[in-house]
Amino acid sequence: MPINILVTAKQVLDPETPAGALKIDNDAKRMEAPGNVPPVVNGYDENAVEAALKIKEAVGGTVTVLSAGSGFVMDVIKKTLSMGSDELILVDDPSIIGLDAYGTAQVLSAAIKKAGDFDLILCGRQASDYDQATVPLGVAEILDIPPVTMAMGLTVNDSSASVARVMDDGNETVEVSLPALVTVSNEIGQPRYPNLRGIMAASKKQPTVWSLSDLGLDENAVQAKVEIKEIFVPVTETECEYIDGDDDEEKGRNLALKLREAKII
Amino acid sequence: MANNDILVMIDHAEGSLDSTAAEILTAANGLAKQSGGEVLAALCSSDSGSLPQKIISLGASKVYTITSPVFNEINSDSLVKAYEAVIGNTSPKVVLFGRTLIARDTAPRLAFRVNSGFAQDCTSVEIDGDSVVLERPVYGGASVARVTFTGDFGVAVIKAKSYDAAIEDSSRSGEVIDLTDSAGDLTSRINLVDRQKVESEGIRLEDAGIVVSGGRGLGGPEPFDILQELATQLGGALGASRAACDAGWIPYAHQVGLTGKTVSADTYFAIAISGASQHLAGMSAVKNVIAINRDEEANIFKAANFGVVGDWEKVTTAFLNMVKELS
Repeated sequence: MPINILVTAKQVLDPETPAGALKIDNDAKRMEAPGNVPPVVNGYDENAVEAALKIKEAVGGTVTVLSAGSGFVMDVIKKTLSMGSDELILVDDPSIIGLDAYGTAQVLSAAIKKAGDFDLILCGRQASDYDQATVPLGVAEILDIPPVTMAMGLTVNDSSASVARVMDDGNETVEVSLPALVTVSNEIGQPRYPNLRGIMAASKKQPTVWSLSDLGLDENAVQAKVEIKEIFVPVTETECEYIDGDDDEEKGRNLALKLREAKII
Repeated sequence: MANNDILVMIDHAEGSLDSTAAEILTAANGLAKQSGGEVLAALCSSDSGSLPQKIISLGASKVYTITSPVFNEINSDSLVKAYEAVIGNTSPKVVLFGRTLIARDTAPRLAFRVNSGFAQDCTSVEIDGDSVVLERPVYGGASVARVTFTGDFGVAVIKAKSYDAAIEDSSRSGEVIDLTDSAGDLTSRINLVDRQKVESEGIRLEDAGIVVSGGRGLGGPEPFDILQELATQLGGALGASRAACDAGWIPYAHQVGLTGKTVSADTYFAIAISGASQHLAGMSAVKNVIAINRDEEANIFKAANFGVVGDWEKVTTAFLNMVKELS
């Protein structure tokens, strides 16, 4: 049975940006990358797109990508299309940047309802900026569908999904009836690189763009439940004592002697 | 209605409390002193046994129990309904969870159900006037956000090892209140089919006093044999950075960091690990960090107490041999 999948994706600050290059904007209560470092699609969200495309290849159907944010860089967010998704919906509104998980989940849920009927909603397990792993669970609660987190494997059969999950001390397999929401972890496999055909196809597609008012949402509906008071860089006062020696072998031996002397080993 | 009470949600397995339970009870006791309220606890299980008494001896004054066979296998779909019932019967100022895998699912869902604010992986929680102030790492641990709930109350997950474990005192007394009847239907929409436990050899990474971790700079899976030998020699556990796990060199069960495990070791060897904030977030509680890396500019040296700049293999092999000689 072909199934319709919606994948949520977030444009984030590149997590590979060296921490020292990030600047705190304490008016906006967030961190900013230097101007020459472009944003990226959150890594786990690319894993979710990959998982969706594999299911589409197996059983047929459609893959729609939904992103809420502001200041979208088209070349970045359209990567989800060039990977092979059918459609891209952007909720583009300056007020989204300041939303907390509660507001963001309201926006995504309203957009999912407007976009159509989906059998499966896939999300990355968490975003690399706030790492809350909260918005997908909120979306599931608002849409009243069961959420399954941390997928490392995912197959769809008729009206249910079988999900292999990463656990702290192993893994487990659960069965959930559709519609359901599943969050995807990197163990599911590397996201594919867009090929030339994908890039060409994506260049011809225009994303559907909605504002908050298109979704019938006003300020009250997305009002924050959590307020960021301040963002600061924690002070680390560690002083590193370097162990020397004539060569690497001697350094290794000296390290052992030093740690023994300090009663660390 | 007074809402000064602090409610903690207790995680447990195989008849024992999770190690986070005593930690969040310490946090809750501190908050209750500030707010003038009581420490309440919720326990969902198939058979509570002696756990309620144990929770009381750790500092809770009331334990709300919900008992049902659905909790033979803990799942968030059933738990969130049960916890909603506990909140309906109490009026907490803040709800605390320990950072376990199940709490990471259940706590945010509960917050959405009861229409409250939510903060994940907090390293500290305090009361300032009327508001609850929490600190949590953001941007992969590169910075910390200080946040507060805008409404009457909120739900927070406390990162493991952020608080010392509460000390048991069996002279403490408290009340056990059964709320099973008010919880309603607890059936889960998610069915467990199969569970495979990967038994790791030796000591658990989270509990080990010494951890020997390797990163991307090792260049492949084989070097972990040397690190394992060193870990065994020192009576410690083997860890890894996310890059090494992503490369498939070592199972994810060994991953230390924001998306992996938080270690509480006294001594941590970071071998050929660059020291991304993501990794440092999993070892911030370590007392002695020893870094071995060929790149003297590597970020790991900023977090290290002892550093060796050199080829990891030569340094580590000589170190291991010397450790054997000394023992």
